[in-house]
Amino acid sequence: MVGTRASSSLLKGLMLTVLLFLFIFPFLFLLINSFKENTEITSNPLAFAQKFSMENYTTAFEKMGYLSSFTNSLIITVLAVLLISLVSAMTAHYFVRNQTKFNQYTFLLMVASMIIPFQAIMIPLVKIYGSLDMLDNVWSLIYMYVGFGCSLAVFIYHGFVKGVPAELEEAAMIDGCTRTQTFFRIVFPVLMPTTATISILNVLWIWNDFLLPSLVLISPENRTLPLSTFSFYGTYSVDYGPLMAGLVLTILPIMVVYLFAQRYIIQGVMQGSIK
Amino acid sequence: MIKEKGKWNRIRTRLLFTGPTLFAFLTVMMVPFLYGIYLTFTNWDGISTTHSLVGFQNYSAVFKDIVFWKTFGLTLKYVAFTVILVNAVAFLLAYSLSRGIKGQNVFRAGFFIPNLVGGIVLGLIWQFIFSNVLVYVGQKTGIPILSTSWLADPDKAFWSLVIVTVWQYAGYMMVIYIAGLMSVPNDILEAASIDGASGWTRMSRMILPLMVPSFIVCIFLTLQRGFMVYDVNLSLTKGGPFKSTEMVSMHVYEKAFLSRDYGLGQAEALVLFLLVAAITLLQVYFSKKLEVEA
Repeated sequence: MVGTRASSSLLKGLMLTVLLFLFIFPFLFLLINSFKENTEITSNPLAFAQKFSMENYTTAFEKMGYLSSFTNSLIITVLAVLLISLVSAMTAHYFVRNQTKFNQYTFLLMVASMIIPFQAIMIPLVKIYGSLDMLDNVWSLIYMYVGFGCSLAVFIYHGFVKGVPAELEEAAMIDGCTRTQTFFRIVFPVLMPTTATISILNVLWIWNDFLLPSLVLISPENRTLPLSTFSFYGTYSVDYGPLMAGLVLTILPIMVVYLFAQRYIIQGVMQGSIK
Repeated sequence: MIKEKGKWNRIRTRLLFTGPTLFAFLTVMMVPFLYGIYLTFTNWDGISTTHSLVGFQNYSAVFKDIVFWKTFGLTLKYVAFTVILVNAVAFLLAYSLSRGIKGQNVFRAGFFIPNLVGGIVLGLIWQFIFSNVLVYVGQKTGIPILSTSWLADPDKAFWSLVIVTVWQYAGYMMVIYIAGLMSVPNDILEAASIDGASGWTRMSRMILPLMVPSFIVCIFLTLQRGFMVYDVNLSLTKGGPFKSTEMVSMHVYEKAFLSRDYGLGQAEALVLFLLVAAITLLQVYFSKKLEVEA
Protein backbone atom coordinates (compact mmCIF):
# COMPACT_ATOMS: atom_id res chain seq x y z
CA MET A 1 0.00 0.00 0.00
CA VAL A 2 2.72 2.39 1.04
CA GLY A 3 4.81 1.31 -1.92
CA THR A 4 2.13 2.02 -4.53
CA ARG A 5 1.41 5.40 -3.00
CA ALA A 6 5.10 6.36 -3.11
CA SER A 7 5.51 5.21 -6.71
CA SER A 8 2.32 6.94 -7.84
CA SER A 9 3.46 10.21 -6.32
CA LEU A 10 6.86 9.69 -7.96
CA LEU A 11 5.10 9.19 -11.28
CA LYS A 12 3.08 12.35 -10.69
CA GLY A 13 6.22 14.26 -9.86
CA LEU A 14 7.82 13.01 -13.06
CA MET A 15 4.82 14.01 -15.16
CA LEU A 16 4.74 17.45 -13.59
CA THR A 17 8.44 17.87 -14.28
CA VAL A 18 7.92 17.01 -17.94
CA LEU A 19 5.02 19.48 -18.09
CA LEU A 20 7.12 22.14 -16.40
CA PHE A 21 9.81 21.61 -18.99
CA LEU A 22 7.19 22.08 -21.74
CA PHE A 23 6.19 25.35 -20.11
CA ILE A 24 9.73 26.64 -19.79
CA PHE A 25 11.32 25.36 -22.99
CA PRO A 26 10.42 28.33 -25.23
CA PHE A 27 12.40 30.57 -22.89
CA LEU A 28 15.33 28.15 -22.85
CA PHE A 29 15.57 28.13 -26.65
CA LEU A 30 15.41 31.88 -26.66
CA LEU A 31 18.29 32.09 -24.22
CA ILE A 32 20.44 29.50 -25.99
CA ASN A 33 20.06 31.14 -29.38
CA SER A 34 20.59 34.65 -28.14
CA PHE A 35 24.35 33.94 -27.87
CA LYS A 36 24.70 32.42 -31.35
CA GLU A 37 25.49 33.75 -34.76
CA ASN A 38 22.83 33.76 -37.42
CA THR A 39 24.27 30.81 -39.38
CA GLU A 40 24.56 28.74 -36.22
CA ILE A 41 20.92 29.40 -35.38
CA THR A 42 19.58 28.36 -38.77
CA SER A 43 21.84 25.30 -39.03
CA ASN A 44 20.90 23.97 -35.59
CA PRO A 45 18.57 25.89 -33.25
CA LEU A 46 18.96 23.27 -30.51
CA ALA A 47 22.71 23.40 -29.94
CA PHE A 48 24.58 25.59 -27.52
CA ALA A 49 26.70 28.43 -28.87
CA GLN A 50 30.12 27.36 -30.14
CA LYS A 51 31.77 30.49 -28.92
CA PHE A 52 30.07 32.51 -26.28
CA SER A 53 29.58 36.07 -27.52
CA MET A 54 27.67 39.04 -26.22
CA GLU A 55 27.67 40.73 -29.60
CA ASN A 56 23.96 40.12 -30.22
CA TYR A 57 23.19 41.80 -26.95
CA THR A 58 25.18 44.93 -27.68
CA THR A 59 23.57 45.17 -31.14
CA ALA A 60 20.05 44.73 -29.74
CA PHE A 61 20.70 47.05 -26.82
CA GLU A 62 21.72 49.82 -29.18
CA LYS A 63 19.27 49.31 -32.04
CA MET A 64 16.26 48.90 -29.76
CA GLY A 65 17.06 52.06 -27.89
CA TYR A 66 16.84 49.81 -24.86
CA LEU A 67 17.79 52.37 -22.26
CA SER A 68 15.21 54.90 -23.34
CA SER A 69 12.38 52.41 -23.79
CA PHE A 70 13.19 50.74 -20.49
CA THR A 71 13.12 54.13 -18.76
CA ASN A 72 9.80 55.00 -20.42
CA SER A 73 8.27 51.68 -19.38
CA LEU A 74 9.53 52.15 -15.83
CA ILE A 75 8.22 55.72 -15.46
CA ILE A 76 4.85 54.86 -16.98
CA THR A 77 4.37 51.71 -14.92
CA VAL A 78 5.50 53.13 -11.58
CA LEU A 79 3.56 56.39 -11.82
CA ALA A 80 0.39 54.82 -13.22
CA VAL A 81 0.38 52.08 -10.57
CA LEU A 82 0.95 54.55 -7.71
CA LEU A 83 -1.73 56.93 -8.97
CA ILE A 84 -4.29 54.18 -9.56
CA SER A 85 -3.82 52.86 -6.02
CA LEU A 86 -3.93 56.28 -4.38
CA VAL A 87 -6.99 57.75 -6.08
CA SER A 88 -8.91 54.46 -6.07
CA ALA A 89 -8.32 53.85 -2.37
CA MET A 90 -9.54 57.38 -1.57
CA THR A 91 -12.63 56.99 -3.73
CA ALA A 92 -13.50 53.52 -2.45
CA HIS A 93 -13.12 54.76 1.11
CA TYR A 94 -15.39 57.74 0.44
CA PHE A 95 -17.98 55.53 -1.25
CA VAL A 96 -18.10 53.12 1.70
CA ARG A 97 -18.31 55.80 4.37
CA ASN A 98 -20.79 58.02 2.54
CA GLN A 99 -23.41 55.70 1.15
CA THR A 100 -25.61 58.21 -0.60
CA LYS A 101 -27.73 57.19 -3.58
CA PHE A 102 -25.44 59.18 -5.88
CA ASN A 103 -22.32 57.42 -4.61
CA GLN A 104 -23.93 54.00 -4.86
CA TYR A 105 -24.98 54.58 -8.47
CA THR A 106 -21.57 55.94 -9.39
CA PHE A 107 -19.98 52.85 -7.90
CA LEU A 108 -22.37 50.62 -9.84
CA LEU A 109 -21.54 52.46 -13.05
CA MET A 110 -17.83 51.90 -12.47
CA VAL A 111 -18.32 48.20 -11.79
CA ALA A 112 -20.56 47.80 -14.83
CA SER A 113 -18.01 49.57 -17.04
CA MET A 114 -15.56 46.73 -16.42
CA ILE A 115 -17.19 44.61 -19.10
CA ILE A 116 -16.53 47.25 -21.78
CA PRO A 117 -13.58 45.94 -23.77
CA PHE A 118 -10.79 48.27 -24.80
CA GLN A 119 -11.59 47.60 -28.47
CA ALA A 120 -14.93 49.39 -28.08
CA ILE A 121 -13.18 52.52 -26.82
CA MET A 122 -9.93 52.73 -28.74
CA ILE A 123 -11.24 54.46 -31.89
CA PRO A 124 -13.04 57.38 -30.17
CA LEU A 125 -10.21 57.59 -27.63
CA VAL A 126 -7.68 58.21 -30.38
CA LYS A 127 -10.00 60.71 -32.07
CA ILE A 128 -10.72 62.71 -28.91
CA TYR A 129 -7.17 62.83 -27.57
CA GLY A 130 -5.79 63.34 -31.04
CA SER A 131 -7.92 66.43 -31.56
CA LEU A 132 -6.81 67.74 -28.16
CA ASP A 133 -3.22 67.19 -29.31
CA MET A 134 -2.63 64.88 -26.35
CA LEU A 135 -1.26 61.87 -28.21
CA ASP A 136 2.41 60.87 -28.43
CA ASN A 137 2.91 61.84 -24.84
CA VAL A 138 3.97 59.64 -21.94
CA TRP A 139 1.88 61.67 -19.46
CA SER A 140 -1.34 61.19 -21.45
CA LEU A 141 -0.68 57.47 -21.43
CA ILE A 142 -0.24 57.45 -17.65
CA TYR A 143 -3.48 59.40 -17.31
CA MET A 144 -5.31 56.90 -19.52
CA TYR A 145 -4.06 53.99 -17.43
CA VAL A 146 -5.56 55.68 -14.38
CA GLY A 147 -8.88 55.99 -16.21
CA PHE A 148 -8.86 52.37 -17.36
CA GLY A 149 -7.46 50.92 -14.13
CA CYS A 150 -9.49 52.73 -11.48
CA SER A 151 -12.73 50.73 -11.86
CA LEU A 152 -11.24 47.40 -10.86
CA ALA A 153 -9.12 49.02 -8.13
CA VAL A 154 -12.09 50.87 -6.62
CA PHE A 155 -14.06 47.62 -6.77
CA ILE A 156 -11.40 45.62 -4.92
CA TYR A 157 -10.69 48.37 -2.36
CA HIS A 158 -14.43 48.79 -1.77
CA GLY A 159 -14.67 45.22 -0.58
CA PHE A 160 -11.79 45.65 1.86
CA VAL A 161 -12.67 49.10 3.23
CA LYS A 162 -15.94 47.58 4.40
CA GLY A 163 -13.86 45.37 6.69
CA VAL A 164 -12.12 48.36 8.34
CA PRO A 165 -14.07 49.33 11.48
CA ALA A 166 -15.52 52.85 11.21
CA GLU A 167 -14.93 53.34 14.95
CA LEU A 168 -11.22 53.47 14.22
CA GLU A 169 -11.73 56.50 12.01
CA GLU A 170 -14.25 58.16 14.29
CA ALA A 171 -11.78 57.88 17.17
CA ALA A 172 -9.08 59.50 15.08
CA MET A 173 -11.38 62.33 14.10
CA ILE A 174 -12.44 62.92 17.69
CA ASP A 175 -8.75 63.17 18.49
CA GLY A 176 -8.55 66.02 16.00
CA CYS A 177 -7.58 64.43 12.70
CA THR A 178 -9.17 65.87 9.60
CA ARG A 179 -10.80 63.51 7.12
CA THR A 180 -7.70 63.60 4.95
CA GLN A 181 -5.33 62.98 7.84
CA THR A 182 -7.50 60.08 9.00
CA PHE A 183 -7.28 58.54 5.57
CA PHE A 184 -3.54 58.85 5.21
CA ARG A 185 -2.61 57.95 8.79
CA ILE A 186 -5.16 55.27 9.60
CA VAL A 187 -7.00 53.87 6.60
CA PHE A 188 -4.37 53.76 3.86
CA PRO A 189 -1.78 51.94 6.02
CA VAL A 190 -4.43 49.39 7.03
CA LEU A 191 -5.19 48.79 3.34
CA MET A 192 -1.53 48.01 2.53
CA PRO A 193 -2.08 44.30 1.67
CA THR A 194 -4.86 45.26 -0.72
CA THR A 195 -2.64 47.93 -2.25
CA ALA A 196 0.03 45.29 -2.82
CA THR A 197 -2.47 43.02 -4.59
CA ILE A 198 -3.77 45.81 -6.81
CA SER A 199 -0.25 47.00 -7.62
CA ILE A 200 0.85 43.52 -8.68
CA LEU A 201 -2.14 43.09 -11.00
CA ASN A 202 -1.55 46.54 -12.50
CA VAL A 203 2.21 46.09 -12.94
CA LEU A 204 1.65 42.85 -14.90
CA TRP A 205 -0.93 44.60 -17.08
CA ILE A 206 0.76 47.95 -17.70
CA TRP A 207 4.36 46.77 -18.08
CA ASN A 208 3.33 44.31 -20.82
CA ASP A 209 0.53 46.26 -22.50
CA PHE A 210 0.90 46.71 -26.24
CA LEU A 211 -2.29 47.96 -27.90
CA LEU A 212 -2.85 51.17 -25.91
CA PRO A 213 0.77 52.42 -26.10
CA SER A 214 0.88 51.51 -29.80
CA LEU A 215 -2.06 53.85 -30.38
CA VAL A 216 -0.90 56.67 -28.11
CA LEU A 217 2.88 56.76 -28.49
CA ILE A 218 4.15 57.55 -31.97
CA SER A 219 7.72 58.83 -31.90
CA PRO A 220 10.52 56.30 -31.31
CA GLU A 221 11.88 58.14 -28.27
CA ASN A 222 8.57 57.68 -26.46
CA ARG A 223 8.35 53.93 -27.06
CA THR A 224 7.84 51.45 -24.24
CA LEU A 225 9.68 48.12 -24.15
CA PRO A 226 6.99 46.03 -25.90
CA LEU A 227 6.72 48.67 -28.65
CA SER A 228 10.43 48.87 -29.33
CA THR A 229 10.75 45.08 -29.27
CA PHE A 230 8.02 44.78 -31.86
CA SER A 231 9.38 47.46 -34.17
CA PHE A 232 12.90 46.04 -33.77
CA TYR A 233 11.51 42.66 -34.81
CA GLY A 234 9.84 44.20 -37.83
CA THR A 235 13.00 45.84 -39.13
CA TYR A 236 15.46 43.01 -38.37
CA SER A 237 13.31 40.00 -39.08
CA VAL A 238 16.03 38.02 -40.85
CA ASP A 239 18.80 38.57 -38.34
CA TYR A 240 17.81 36.07 -35.65
CA GLY A 241 20.71 36.50 -33.23
CA PRO A 242 20.06 40.12 -32.23
CA LEU A 243 16.31 39.45 -32.25
CA MET A 244 16.67 36.68 -29.69
CA ALA A 245 18.90 38.90 -27.57
CA GLY A 246 16.36 41.71 -27.85
CA LEU A 247 13.57 39.44 -26.61
CA VAL A 248 15.72 38.27 -23.70
CA LEU A 249 16.42 41.90 -22.81
CA THR A 250 12.69 42.65 -22.84
CA ILE A 251 11.86 39.71 -20.59
CA LEU A 252 14.78 40.16 -18.21
CA PRO A 253 13.50 42.98 -15.95
CA ILE A 254 10.22 41.32 -15.02
CA MET A 255 11.95 37.94 -14.54
CA VAL A 256 14.38 39.54 -12.09
CA VAL A 257 11.48 41.04 -10.17
CA TYR A 258 9.72 37.67 -10.22
CA LEU A 259 12.79 35.93 -8.84
CA PHE A 260 12.59 38.04 -5.70
CA ALA A 261 8.87 38.66 -5.31
CA GLN A 262 7.48 35.40 -6.74
CA ARG A 263 5.53 34.45 -3.62
CA TYR A 264 3.87 37.86 -3.39
CA ILE A 265 3.03 37.95 -7.09
CA ILE A 266 1.27 34.59 -6.99
CA GLN A 267 -0.49 35.55 -3.76
CA GLY A 268 -1.52 38.87 -5.29
CA VAL A 269 -3.07 37.17 -8.31
CA MET A 270 -4.83 34.73 -5.98
CA GLN A 271 -6.35 37.46 -3.83
CA GLY A 272 -7.25 39.62 -6.80
CA SER A 273 -9.33 36.83 -8.27
CA ILE A 274 -11.53 36.19 -5.24
CA LYS A 275 -14.36 38.63 -5.67
CA MET B 1 -21.41 57.80 7.91
CA ILE B 2 -18.77 60.40 8.64
CA LYS B 3 -19.53 64.05 8.00
CA GLU B 4 -17.53 67.23 8.18
CA LYS B 5 -18.83 70.46 9.60
CA GLY B 6 -20.04 72.94 7.03
CA LYS B 7 -21.17 72.58 3.47
CA TRP B 8 -17.96 73.95 1.96
CA ASN B 9 -15.85 71.43 3.88
CA ARG B 10 -18.02 68.60 2.67
CA ILE B 11 -17.72 69.64 -0.95
CA ARG B 12 -13.97 70.00 -0.64
CA THR B 13 -13.59 66.53 0.85
CA ARG B 14 -15.82 65.04 -1.82
CA LEU B 15 -13.79 66.66 -4.57
CA LEU B 16 -10.50 65.58 -3.05
CA PHE B 17 -11.55 61.97 -2.48
CA THR B 18 -13.59 61.26 -5.57
CA GLY B 19 -12.71 64.07 -8.00
CA PRO B 20 -9.53 62.69 -9.62
CA THR B 21 -10.88 59.15 -9.98
CA LEU B 22 -14.22 60.18 -11.42
CA PHE B 23 -12.67 62.74 -13.76
CA ALA B 24 -10.24 60.16 -15.18
CA PHE B 25 -12.93 57.48 -15.32
CA LEU B 26 -15.36 59.76 -17.15
CA THR B 27 -12.88 61.26 -19.61
CA VAL B 28 -11.04 58.02 -20.43
CA MET B 29 -13.86 55.45 -20.28
CA MET B 30 -17.32 56.96 -20.41
CA VAL B 31 -16.95 59.91 -22.77
CA PRO B 32 -15.11 57.86 -25.44
CA PHE B 33 -17.60 55.03 -25.01
CA LEU B 34 -20.61 57.34 -25.55
CA TYR B 35 -18.84 59.30 -28.27
CA GLY B 36 -18.07 55.96 -29.90
CA ILE B 37 -21.78 55.21 -30.06
CA TYR B 38 -22.28 58.57 -31.78
CA LEU B 39 -19.41 57.83 -34.21
CA THR B 40 -21.19 54.72 -35.46
CA PHE B 41 -23.83 57.00 -36.98
CA THR B 42 -21.27 59.03 -38.95
CA ASN B 43 -19.09 58.49 -42.00
CA TRP B 44 -15.89 59.91 -40.49
CA ASP B 45 -12.72 58.80 -42.30
CA GLY B 46 -10.23 59.74 -39.63
CA ILE B 47 -8.68 62.66 -41.48
CA SER B 48 -11.28 65.21 -42.53
CA THR B 49 -12.47 67.69 -39.94
CA THR B 50 -16.09 67.30 -40.93
CA HIS B 51 -18.32 64.28 -41.02
CA SER B 52 -21.99 63.82 -41.55
CA LEU B 53 -24.63 61.68 -39.94
CA VAL B 54 -25.53 58.64 -41.95
CA GLY B 55 -28.11 56.99 -39.70
CA PHE B 56 -27.96 53.23 -39.47
CA GLN B 57 -25.93 52.84 -42.64
CA ASN B 58 -22.84 51.58 -40.78
CA TYR B 59 -24.86 48.96 -38.94
CA SER B 60 -26.34 47.59 -42.11
CA ALA B 61 -22.81 47.60 -43.52
CA VAL B 62 -21.69 45.51 -40.53
CA PHE B 63 -24.18 42.85 -41.51
CA LYS B 64 -22.95 42.93 -45.08
CA ASP B 65 -19.25 42.79 -44.13
CA ILE B 66 -18.62 39.11 -44.83
CA VAL B 67 -15.04 39.33 -43.55
CA PHE B 68 -16.26 40.62 -40.18
CA TRP B 69 -18.52 37.61 -39.71
CA LYS B 70 -15.83 35.28 -40.97
CA THR B 71 -13.36 36.61 -38.40
CA PHE B 72 -16.10 36.49 -35.77
CA GLY B 73 -16.84 32.85 -36.58
CA LEU B 74 -13.16 32.03 -36.39
CA THR B 75 -12.94 33.84 -33.05
CA LEU B 76 -15.88 31.78 -31.74
CA LYS B 77 -14.08 28.58 -32.72
CA TYR B 78 -10.88 29.85 -31.10
CA VAL B 79 -12.73 30.87 -27.92
CA ALA B 80 -14.51 27.51 -27.68
CA PHE B 81 -11.25 25.55 -27.84
CA THR B 82 -9.19 27.87 -25.64
CA VAL B 83 -11.83 28.18 -22.90
CA ILE B 84 -12.14 24.39 -22.62
CA LEU B 85 -8.44 23.60 -22.91
CA VAL B 86 -7.12 26.43 -20.72
CA ASN B 87 -9.53 25.58 -17.92
CA ALA B 88 -9.03 21.82 -18.16
CA VAL B 89 -5.24 22.12 -18.06
CA ALA B 90 -5.36 24.79 -15.34
CA PHE B 91 -7.67 22.72 -13.14
CA LEU B 92 -5.57 19.58 -13.50
CA LEU B 93 -2.40 21.51 -12.66
CA ALA B 94 -4.07 23.14 -9.67
CA TYR B 95 -5.43 19.80 -8.45
CA SER B 96 -2.05 18.07 -8.65
CA LEU B 97 -0.34 21.00 -6.98
CA SER B 98 -2.65 21.53 -4.04
CA ARG B 99 -2.07 18.43 -1.95
CA GLY B 100 1.41 18.86 -0.60
CA ILE B 101 3.52 17.37 -3.38
CA LYS B 102 7.26 17.90 -3.03
CA GLY B 103 8.42 21.21 -4.47
CA GLN B 104 4.90 22.35 -5.26
CA ASN B 105 5.85 26.00 -4.90
CA VAL B 106 8.56 25.62 -7.53
CA PHE B 107 6.02 24.07 -9.90
CA ARG B 108 3.45 26.76 -9.23
CA ALA B 109 6.02 29.49 -9.83
CA GLY B 110 7.19 27.77 -13.03
CA PHE B 111 3.77 27.31 -14.60
CA PHE B 112 2.98 30.96 -13.93
CA ILE B 113 6.01 32.30 -15.81
CA PRO B 114 4.37 32.90 -19.24
CA ASN B 115 2.00 35.39 -17.58
CA LEU B 116 4.87 37.67 -16.67
CA VAL B 117 5.52 38.38 -20.32
CA GLY B 118 3.23 40.29 -22.65
CA GLY B 119 1.41 38.68 -25.56
CA ILE B 120 3.53 40.43 -28.18
CA VAL B 121 6.77 38.96 -26.85
CA LEU B 122 5.23 35.52 -26.28
CA GLY B 123 4.01 35.48 -29.87
CA LEU B 124 7.44 36.40 -31.20
CA ILE B 125 9.11 33.64 -29.16
CA TRP B 126 6.67 31.03 -30.44
CA GLN B 127 7.04 32.27 -33.97
CA PHE B 128 10.69 31.28 -33.70
CA ILE B 129 9.82 27.94 -32.10
CA PHE B 130 7.24 27.03 -34.74
CA SER B 131 9.16 28.16 -37.79
CA ASN B 132 12.69 27.14 -36.72
CA VAL B 133 13.00 24.83 -33.73
CA LEU B 134 10.11 22.49 -34.53
CA VAL B 135 10.91 22.43 -38.25
CA TYR B 136 14.50 21.51 -37.41
CA VAL B 137 13.37 18.73 -35.08
CA GLY B 138 10.91 17.49 -37.69
CA GLN B 139 13.49 17.34 -40.43
CA LYS B 140 16.11 15.63 -38.25
CA THR B 141 13.74 13.02 -36.85
CA GLY B 142 11.60 12.62 -39.95
CA ILE B 143 8.34 13.40 -38.19
CA PRO B 144 6.28 14.73 -41.12
CA ILE B 145 3.86 16.83 -39.05
CA LEU B 146 6.75 18.98 -37.82
CA SER B 147 8.89 19.18 -40.91
CA THR B 148 7.16 22.21 -42.40
CA SER B 149 6.30 25.34 -40.48
CA TRP B 150 2.89 25.24 -38.82
CA LEU B 151 2.54 28.94 -39.39
CA ALA B 152 2.52 28.46 -43.18
CA ASP B 153 -0.51 26.20 -43.13
CA PRO B 154 -3.90 27.88 -42.44
CA ASP B 155 -5.29 25.04 -40.36
CA LYS B 156 -2.15 24.38 -38.33
CA ALA B 157 -1.61 28.11 -37.82
CA PHE B 158 -4.97 28.22 -36.05
CA TRP B 159 -3.94 25.37 -33.76
CA SER B 160 -0.61 26.99 -33.04
CA LEU B 161 -2.55 30.04 -31.86
CA VAL B 162 -4.64 27.81 -29.59
CA ILE B 163 -1.53 26.07 -28.21
CA VAL B 164 0.19 29.35 -27.40
CA THR B 165 -2.95 30.67 -25.68
CA VAL B 166 -3.31 27.55 -23.53
CA TRP B 167 0.36 27.77 -22.61
CA GLN B 168 -0.01 31.47 -21.81
CA TYR B 169 -3.10 31.39 -19.58
CA ALA B 170 -3.09 27.93 -17.97
CA GLY B 171 -0.71 29.08 -15.22
CA TYR B 172 -2.79 32.13 -14.38
CA MET B 173 -6.05 30.21 -14.13
CA MET B 174 -4.19 27.50 -12.17
CA VAL B 175 -3.47 30.10 -9.48
CA ILE B 176 -7.16 30.99 -9.25
CA TYR B 177 -8.15 27.31 -9.06
CA ILE B 178 -5.57 26.71 -6.32
CA ALA B 179 -7.18 29.52 -4.32
CA GLY B 180 -10.56 27.85 -4.88
CA LEU B 181 -9.30 24.39 -3.91
CA MET B 182 -7.81 25.77 -0.71
CA SER B 183 -11.21 27.08 0.28
CA VAL B 184 -12.81 23.63 0.05
CA PRO B 185 -12.99 22.63 3.72
CA ASN B 186 -10.76 19.67 4.47
CA ASP B 187 -12.95 18.30 7.25
CA ILE B 188 -15.89 17.54 4.98
CA LEU B 189 -13.57 15.71 2.56
CA GLU B 190 -12.17 13.69 5.44
CA ALA B 191 -15.63 12.94 6.73
CA ALA B 192 -16.60 11.74 3.25
CA SER B 193 -13.55 9.44 3.03
CA ILE B 194 -14.40 7.94 6.41
CA ASP B 195 -17.93 7.32 5.15
CA GLY B 196 -16.34 5.46 2.26
CA ALA B 197 -16.62 7.97 -0.60
CA SER B 198 -14.14 7.19 -3.36
CA GLY B 199 -11.83 9.75 -4.95
CA TRP B 200 -14.16 10.16 -7.89
CA THR B 201 -17.25 10.64 -5.70
CA ARG B 202 -15.46 13.28 -3.65
CA MET B 203 -14.42 15.03 -6.85
CA SER B 204 -17.79 15.00 -8.58
CA ARG B 205 -20.07 15.42 -5.58
CA MET B 206 -18.05 17.74 -3.36
CA ILE B 207 -14.99 19.39 -4.88
CA LEU B 208 -16.44 20.36 -8.26
CA PRO B 209 -19.71 21.80 -6.87
CA LEU B 210 -17.79 23.81 -4.28
CA MET B 211 -15.45 25.08 -6.97
CA VAL B 212 -18.21 26.65 -9.06
CA PRO B 213 -17.24 30.23 -8.06
CA SER B 214 -13.68 29.65 -9.31
CA PHE B 215 -14.99 28.19 -12.56
CA ILE B 216 -17.22 31.25 -13.02
CA VAL B 217 -14.27 33.61 -12.62
CA CYS B 218 -11.90 31.61 -14.81
CA ILE B 219 -14.37 30.96 -17.61
CA PHE B 220 -15.39 34.62 -17.55
CA LEU B 221 -11.75 35.71 -17.83
CA THR B 222 -10.87 33.22 -20.57
CA LEU B 223 -14.01 34.13 -22.54
CA GLN B 224 -13.24 37.84 -22.40
CA ARG B 225 -9.56 37.46 -23.22
CA GLY B 226 -10.36 35.02 -26.00
CA PHE B 227 -12.78 37.32 -27.75
CA MET B 228 -10.43 40.29 -27.44
CA VAL B 229 -7.24 38.48 -28.47
CA TYR B 230 -5.02 40.83 -30.40
CA ASP B 231 -1.35 40.91 -29.49
CA VAL B 232 -0.55 37.18 -29.73
CA ASN B 233 -2.54 37.10 -32.95
CA LEU B 234 -0.54 40.00 -34.33
CA SER B 235 2.91 38.79 -33.35
CA LEU B 236 2.48 35.04 -33.95
CA THR B 237 0.65 34.88 -37.27
CA LYS B 238 -0.18 38.48 -38.26
CA GLY B 239 -3.55 37.00 -39.23
CA GLY B 240 -1.90 34.90 -41.91
CA PRO B 241 -1.33 32.85 -43.90
CA PHE B 242 -3.77 34.49 -46.32
CA LYS B 243 -5.84 36.09 -43.49
CA SER B 244 -6.78 32.59 -42.33
CA THR B 245 -6.12 33.34 -38.65
CA GLU B 246 -7.36 36.91 -38.52
CA MET B 247 -9.44 37.28 -35.37
CA VAL B 248 -12.24 39.79 -35.02
CA SER B 249 -10.24 42.23 -32.92
CA MET B 250 -7.57 42.51 -35.59
CA HIS B 251 -10.25 43.01 -38.23
CA VAL B 252 -11.82 45.90 -36.30
CA TYR B 253 -8.39 47.48 -35.87
CA GLU B 254 -7.70 47.21 -39.60
CA LYS B 255 -11.11 48.54 -40.62
CA ALA B 256 -10.66 51.62 -38.48
CA PHE B 257 -6.98 52.47 -38.57
CA LEU B 258 -5.75 50.99 -41.84
CA SER B 259 -8.80 51.21 -44.12
CA ARG B 260 -9.69 54.53 -42.46
CA ASP B 261 -13.32 53.53 -42.09
CA TYR B 262 -13.80 54.69 -38.51
CA GLY B 263 -17.60 54.71 -38.49
CA LEU B 264 -17.82 51.12 -39.69
CA GLY B 265 -14.89 50.01 -37.51
CA GLN B 266 -16.55 51.50 -34.43
CA ALA B 267 -19.92 49.97 -35.34
CA GLU B 268 -18.22 46.57 -35.58
CA ALA B 269 -16.48 47.15 -32.26
CA LEU B 270 -19.85 47.90 -30.65
CA VAL B 271 -21.56 44.90 -32.21
CA LEU B 272 -18.67 42.80 -30.93
CA PHE B 273 -19.01 44.35 -27.46
CA LEU B 274 -22.76 43.63 -27.35
CA LEU B 275 -22.31 40.02 -28.46
CA VAL B 276 -19.50 39.40 -25.97
CA ALA B 277 -21.37 41.14 -23.13
CA ALA B 278 -24.43 38.98 -23.85
CA ILE B 279 -22.39 35.77 -23.91
CA THR B 280 -20.43 36.50 -20.73
CA LEU B 281 -23.50 37.69 -18.80
CA LEU B 282 -25.41 34.56 -19.81
CA GLN B 283 -22.45 32.46 -18.71
CA VAL B 284 -22.29 34.14 -15.30
CA TYR B 285 -26.08 33.97 -14.88
CA PHE B 286 -26.30 30.25 -15.64
CA SER B 287 -23.25 29.26 -13.66
CA LYS B 288 -24.43 31.23 -10.61
CA LYS B 289 -27.36 28.83 -10.54
CA LEU B 290 -24.94 25.97 -10.00
CA GLU B 291 -23.41 27.48 -6.90
CA VAL B 292 -23.77 25.61 -3.63
CA GLU B 293 -22.66 26.33 -0.09
CA ALA B 294 -20.40 24.14 1.95
